[in-house]
Amino acid sequence: MSKPRISHKRLTLILMCGVVFMFIFCYLLVPFYQLICKKTGFNGKGAISAAKVAPGMQIDYSRKIKVDFATTINGALSFKFLPLQRHLEIHPGEVKLIYFYAENTTGKEMTVQAIPSITPMDAARFLKKTECFCFTQQYFFKNEKADMPVYFFVDPAISKDIKEITLSYTLFDVTHYKKNQPHYAKGRIDLR
Amino acid sequence: MKNYGRFIVLLSLSLLTSLSYATSGINMPYGVSLLSHEIYYLHMAGFYVCCGIGAIVFSVLIYSLIKHRKSKGVKAVHFHEHLGVEILWTTIPFLILVALAVPATIVLKHIHNTDQSALTLKITGYQWKWKYEYLDQNISFFSNLATTQEQINNNAPKNPWFLLEVDNEVVVPVNTKVKLLITADDVVHSWWVPELGIKQDAIPGFINENWFYITKPGTYRGQCGELCGMNHGFMPIVVKAVSQTEFNQWVNAHQKLAYKKRHDDAVTLQKAHAAIHHLTLKNGGGLS
Amino acid sequence: MSDTTVDHAHHDDHHGPEKGFKRWLFTTNHKDIGTLYLTFSLIMLFIGGAMALLIRVELFEPGKVLLNPEFFNQMTTMHGLIMVFGVIMPAMAGLANWMIPMMIGAPDMALPRLNNWSFWLLPFAFTMLMSTMFMSGPAPDFGWTFYAPLSTLYGPKSTDFFIFSIHMMGASSILAALNIVVTIFNMRAPGMTWFKLPLFVWSWLVTAFLLLAVMPVLAGCVTMMLMDRHFHTSFFNAAGGGDPILFQHIFWFFGHPEVYILILPGFGIISDIIPTFSRKPLFGYRFMVYATALIAFLGYIVWAHHMFTTGAPFFAQLFFMYATMLIAVPTGIKVFNWVATIFKGSLTFETPMLFALGFLVMFTMGGFSGLMLALVPADYQYRDSYFVVAHFHYVLVSGSLFTILAGIYYWLPKWTGQMYSERLGQWHFWLSVIGMNLAFLPMHFLGLAGMPRRIPDYALQFTDFNQICTIGAFIFGFAQLIFLYVVVKACFYRESDRKATSQVWEGARGLEWTLPSPTPYHTFETIPVVH
Repeated sequence: MSKPRISHKRLTLILMCGVVFMFIFCYLLVPFYQLICKKTGFNGKGAISAAKVAPGMQIDYSRKIKVDFATTINGALSFKFLPLQRHLEIHPGEVKLIYFYAENTTGKEMTVQAIPSITPMDAARFLKKTECFCFTQQYFFKNEKADMPVYFFVDPAISKDIKEITLSYTLFDVTHYKKNQPHYAKGRIDLR
Repeated sequence: MKNYGRFIVLLSLSLLTSLSYATSGINMPYGVSLLSHEIYYLHMAGFYVCCGIGAIVFSVLIYSLIKHRKSKGVKAVHFHEHLGVEILWTTIPFLILVALAVPATIVLKHIHNTDQSALTLKITGYQWKWKYEYLDQNISFFSNLATTQEQINNNAPKNPWFLLEVDNEVVVPVNTKVKLLITADDVVHSWWVPELGIKQDAIPGFINENWFYITKPGTYRGQCGELCGMNHGFMPIVVKAVSQTEFNQWVNAHQKLAYKKRHDDAVTLQKAHAAIHHLTLKNGGGLS
Repeated sequence: MSDTTVDHAHHDDHHGPEKGFKRWLFTTNHKDIGTLYLTFSLIMLFIGGAMALLIRVELFEPGKVLLNPEFFNQMTTMHGLIMVFGVIMPAMAGLANWMIPMMIGAPDMALPRLNNWSFWLLPFAFTMLMSTMFMSGPAPDFGWTFYAPLSTLYGPKSTDFFIFSIHMMGASSILAALNIVVTIFNMRAPGMTWFKLPLFVWSWLVTAFLLLAVMPVLAGCVTMMLMDRHFHTSFFNAAGGGDPILFQHIFWFFGHPEVYILILPGFGIISDIIPTFSRKPLFGYRFMVYATALIAFLGYIVWAHHMFTTGAPFFAQLFFMYATMLIAVPTGIKVFNWVATIFKGSLTFETPMLFALGFLVMFTMGGFSGLMLALVPADYQYRDSYFVVAHFHYVLVSGSLFTILAGIYYWLPKWTGQMYSERLGQWHFWLSVIGMNLAFLPMHFLGLAGMPRRIPDYALQFTDFNQICTIGAFIFGFAQLIFLYVVVKACFYRESDRKATSQVWEGARGLEWTLPSPTPYHTFETIPVVH
């Protein structure tokens, strides 16, 4: 057996370092991705974090976009969940407020999470929310009703071809997945 | 024996080329929607291109299989490369592909244009049924397979629409652009009606859109297009396209059923609005 | 490594391989391991084939025939998994093990013990997978593509066994690919330069790189599934901020290169067989190599063509459509080059050539349906219909499987020293071609007429074609018994009037044809020099 080019000990050491490096890399990927998504603004379909209004954003009065609202209740969750308006017209760059009504008719306390989804896909990353009840889980005690706000704008960089956008929320029961975070969004109006 | 190869290839080719008629039941339907027409033409264009290329390649091959046999005393000619011919049969297919890609791109752009629809229909896929909501008319109902288990188990004669019939059909007006918002409740389903040229996946938690514009009244049937569990094959779709007057009548009839539910929701909404207006008056915030 | 002195050679030939089952358990010999892979693959072919026939029985009539819908879904799932992971991939690996060292003039693979382990992972993986059919509760029933959330939130308990089984199969493939790359890079005989390599070696080199890149992605995908199922993560669950479409992206990023993994070695086999029986060198050797590499490269960037109806953005659909259509160019180059090799050759039609010709015609038909599928608006109608089933069976059965059968007929005389019965080979071929076309050609029309995939019962208008498909499937299935007989006879029965020469085929060229038939247990222990 001729002498190997590199000693076994050294090779083992290099391979072990490789394994450790890959492990560390996986952990680092979490903050890495947070950074990348922040810098590139990738928010895509599941935008449940607040967008910032770019300073100097101009309202584009030359065109209007029609925004439709829709809601879905997932599974057997016994909630009432509707938008207070079905449509509105918005100029790109303008910030508007819309409320969604939710009522807990399950007969017990619940924690729910609304997950947004936007169509068409080409428009999704341009509809930005600065405040939304979907950013956090929402706690409802028995029979509670609330109006939940969404402040949003459509980025003026959106393609001129897009004339209609649909913003839809699906309400999920997350009582078993309660997170350690503030229980509801700013501006939520509880109705008695 | 030696003619079998030729026979089988020719048989296959002739089978393929004889289906130029969309109504034969072995081709994609021409359909009744603007989109289904465009898709049909694109499909036939792709098919003819393939037939053309196939005819050329296979005729050269078959010619060679017959003429260049050792049993006929043929000696092999030794050529094994030719840059010119390689470049030729790289560029010509490339150009053919470009020619196909152009109409495909145009049709795709049309599919993506859901603007200015007169009616919005929200479709939710469930295991194993569909829920339809007419968002602006406040109508909502489930649509289940109507074929009985006896028919499926061969204990009763099958009626002509076996596995393609439902209890509550989707009714839409003809000559109206209908926008579809599609989602699901549990697993991934897909809403597919061949004659409308529509297939769109229903994904839980997400919303997809599509549209149709039906030009002819009639009943159009489809099925779920994504494996969703045990009864994936048992959740059909039935769309009935009727005149605008019939549609209005149908809406009224259904709204009467839904009246009480809607009334409750309206009262709730009014109360909520009052609260908001009260608030906004105090804070001077805007609401449109 | 090729300049190591051969000090072990002199005593190995005297005692030959070990006796008994220990030989097969502990062998590090590339020929034995090749045989193990091929035998395993043949057994799995009949198991997966039996499942296919069960499926076709159920689809013989519109209503319920034999299977309830739950079991039907299990059959379609297991049939797909077994055929892809248990038949095609191991058979290609078996041919690689047998032939690559002999084709490059090497005594064995670079990592013989790893080679043994790569094989033995497979029987354990498949025992685990198939044991799920005997557990209480359903076996995996979500299709071989196991989309989430059907497989995560709604998957049966056996799903976890399925996940571990996939891990084992993946490990086996990765290690085998590693071995192949190292062998080809390091152990070519002096004078065996890159552009003298047989195309089978080139195709396996490219395939091995594909495997190394994408099998880990599959492993990641099933691990994320496991996390979602048991560790409260929400990778594929919208409720927790995840996305079912993420699953499809990750799966198809593996899945598309996977189908090129299934076919590229087959292209290499055909490129070696056609020149032999045309008595002409392969036309456009260099272009064939470049085309193989281009197909592999393009194969990485087209995965979303399996997801056109999921709600993808317009420009994404366009990109994937254009990239997918582009693959037709290098594939076309290969088909034209094969035809040009045949053209003005001196043709004979022994069984390997018959299968190669059957491949050439029918794989091309499968390629055409693939081109049609690439057109997004048309794909809206084709997706998840029997048109897709027709397409992939044309490219996998009359594509991959035919190349494997061709390769086995081609090299069997070299391995066993016995010429198989040419008459039986012809019967096998013609029955397979007739059965295959009867089984899958009508599926194109069924799909176009609107029949969805993965349904146990169907609407009445689909009955006639389904019945033809079932008959064809049975013809095809039973025809493979002829193949079984041919192989068993060649391996175990020595007939003196069927001895194969070392050259075997008049037009065959390459290092492997310089060896005696049957090949000795150890070959090229003295490294040849290639001119």
